[in-house]
Amino acid sequence: MKTCHLVSMALGLALAAGAAQAVTLRVANQGDAMSMDPHSLNESLQLTFTGNVYEPLVARDKQLGLTPGLATRWSQPRPNVWRFELRRGVKFHDGTPFTADDVVFSFNRAAGAGSDMQGYTNTFKEVRKLDDHTVEVETLTPFPILPDVLTQVYVMSRKWCEENKALAPVDRRKGIENAASFKANGTGPYRLKERQPGSRTVLVRHGAYWDKVEGNVTEVIFTPIGNAATRVAALLSGEVDVIEPVPLQDVERIKASPTLKVMQGPELRTIFLGMDQKRDELLFSNVKGKNPFKDKRVRQAFYQAIDIETIKSRVMRGAALPMGLMVGPGIRGFSSDQNKRLPYDPEASRKLLAEAGYPSGFEVALNCPNDRYVNDADICQAVAANLARVGVKVNLQTETKVTYFPKILRRDTSFYLLGWTPSTYDAHNALSALMATPTEKGQGQFNLGAYSNAKVDELTLRIQSETDQAKRNAMIKEAFDAHAADIGHLPLHQQSLAWAMKKSVTLVQLADNFMPYKWVTLSEKAR
Amino acid sequence: MLVFILRRLAQAIAVMLTVAFMAFMLFQYVGDPVTHLLGQDATPAQREQLRADLGLNQPFPVQFAHFVGNAVQGEFGLSLRQGQKVSRLLIERFPATLELAVVAALMALLVGVPMGVYAALKRGSVVSQMLMTVSLLGVSLPTFLIGIVLILVFAVQLQWLPSFGRGEVVSLGPWTTGLATLDGWKHLVLPAITLAMFQLTLIMRLVRAEMLEVLRTDFIRFARARGLPDRVVYFGHALKNTLVPVITITGLQLGSLIAFSIITEQVFQWPGMGLLFIQAVAFADVPVMAAYLCLIALVFVCINLVVDLLYFAVDPRLRIESPATGRAA
Repeated sequence: MKTCHLVSMALGLALAAGAAQAVTLRVANQGDAMSMDPHSLNESLQLTFTGNVYEPLVARDKQLGLTPGLATRWSQPRPNVWRFELRRGVKFHDGTPFTADDVVFSFNRAAGAGSDMQGYTNTFKEVRKLDDHTVEVETLTPFPILPDVLTQVYVMSRKWCEENKALAPVDRRKGIENAASFKANGTGPYRLKERQPGSRTVLVRHGAYWDKVEGNVTEVIFTPIGNAATRVAALLSGEVDVIEPVPLQDVERIKASPTLKVMQGPELRTIFLGMDQKRDELLFSNVKGKNPFKDKRVRQAFYQAIDIETIKSRVMRGAALPMGLMVGPGIRGFSSDQNKRLPYDPEASRKLLAEAGYPSGFEVALNCPNDRYVNDADICQAVAANLARVGVKVNLQTETKVTYFPKILRRDTSFYLLGWTPSTYDAHNALSALMATPTEKGQGQFNLGAYSNAKVDELTLRIQSETDQAKRNAMIKEAFDAHAADIGHLPLHQQSLAWAMKKSVTLVQLADNFMPYKWVTLSEKAR
Repeated sequence: MLVFILRRLAQAIAVMLTVAFMAFMLFQYVGDPVTHLLGQDATPAQREQLRADLGLNQPFPVQFAHFVGNAVQGEFGLSLRQGQKVSRLLIERFPATLELAVVAALMALLVGVPMGVYAALKRGSVVSQMLMTVSLLGVSLPTFLIGIVLILVFAVQLQWLPSFGRGEVVSLGPWTTGLATLDGWKHLVLPAITLAMFQLTLIMRLVRAEMLEVLRTDFIRFARARGLPDRVVYFGHALKNTLVPVITITGLQLGSLIAFSIITEQVFQWPGMGLLFIQAVAFADVPVMAAYLCLIALVFVCINLVVDLLYFAVDPRLRIESPATGRAA
């Protein structure tokens, strides 16, 4: 009997040891998170990385739908007020219990000086604690998508920030650094173990995490590798398990390897072309005295001249989803029945141009970045070739994003390429930033050709504070229809995310380019 | 001697100011960091505010004066991208670059000089013909290609050596070194070879040419006539006299190794100053770029000074000239 007992004890120990075996995931990305402070930079890589350490009140599931995070329920008792019931029994990495005070503190921190998250909090009027586990956010105007917006605002511990003198985010203007930029204390499934900016960041599992973790990764070593060829080599040589992104020309080579695989899926970002529809004469064209883009027939001619399927197959090597709408699947307000492109038809295009008074076409400059979107300069080149077939001579000007964006933001362009991901995952953001008439208040800030339609403007304002979801969706639809009828912009496609990994790695690829490590599993034989 | 050094110092300061001015002026046109600092959702008012806070709306002379004022105190302002002192970023990254450059330079010297001597002495032999052909490749192949090929062969195919990073480092105060660990050395091999390749072939061809030149001179013939053994003739007399230009080139090349390790660091994700610079360029981080250029200029100025002093040691003819009229090459 006694030996039997011993054997079972030994077995139990062996099992425990097996379970405690570290499962290390090595990830290489083209960039690095700039800081560990979740409020210091509003950028997707920054937020996806710190999102493993910190958590929002409202989280996103594998389909990007809303799901309880640190809040278990939320409701809208009055049009201007959202109420959140907080999860009980949650502990920060240092053991401090999570309470309403932390939420009030974090939201004020995110809204305060030095924070880069003010875009998410500028609708706040007041954040108040009702009791230890209930918080209310009052907004300036009715704000139906607050839970969506809050998925990007992470909660920090008030006590920890006070003790570490990290009450405000690092203000890059003044060079003030604090503990929060290189240390972290969140409620998330992983805690920060080691941080070497620019070369290596290590996360380990948080043992007291409130939720069940699906994956089996206990340690994550994150390495930035800027050079694409080196990143691919690091994967091929087995030094890392997952890389992101993969350059399209390497996809086939990686797929050919018996131990590696590539995951591709549409990204939320929509790539499109915009045209100056405001000036009476284009800045960069040989047409004098008038602006051809003010004529809808010209815009339609451009649209129908673009051979999107060939761009998809040749330029994008299949890794693109042609679009007829300015937002893609995954964005609230997207409807697939609206997502129809005008047919590719160079003949119709030539006819439209002739009707508009340009039987032999005209010349126009196309501005394009060459290091911002997947194969951006090649897309522009293909578009230029397409337009040449209908008689329009395109003078292509490609340049680095560092000089490109200041230039087009000055509206120093007649015809340009841009990509857009609504940061709220909601169509209103695209309407307001890209399609509404530019105003002093920041509306239409990226509507660089100043497309203007009073109906779209009016709907955009109403959508912002309409709390009835059905009505709201109908208005979004109406606004998109009005924009499409005008051919306000020329939507092209959604580029694909391309991640590569060992076959032994199972993970979830989200269209917003987030990679939650809690959903990553490494199979037994790989270890 | 003292006058000579003082004169060189004055020249150095003038050079540094010019470089700083040009760097700063050039970088005013590389773009606007504000669009990267603030996300897509920032309002025009926020952008304006940030531009004012960063001092980017001030006229160029004011910005430059500010930069020089800081630089004199050893400060280069704040990195716009990382919000940290530029001086601190450079100090953090400097050890990685210096170790890489020094190892590459040693590699180039220790292999390049003997190869050059061999190619000169055994002129026409099959081996030296082969060395010359291979060296042509070394001179003409671009650095990134050499790096990628090395990675492909030694990291991907053979899996002997790691393809990126610096590996395990040991901290000695502010200095981090990879030279103290085996892992660090493993990570150093490929980038060092990549960086050394060009210098190595350059030194080899230079030594060969100089050596052939010297071997034709009278004093070698006289030495031979006196019956001195080959070893003494070649290494005691000929080699020593080929070394003056080699010292110059090696010295200046050490500067370029540090300056142009940018590509190697980029290919191998080597966390040095070159990588920092590349990242700064992609972000229009003017203070980092300007500071890097100034630092590189400083390195060159110092190296030039050392090289000049070494001339004095190696070439006795220079010592005859009076320091006041000494040329400043």
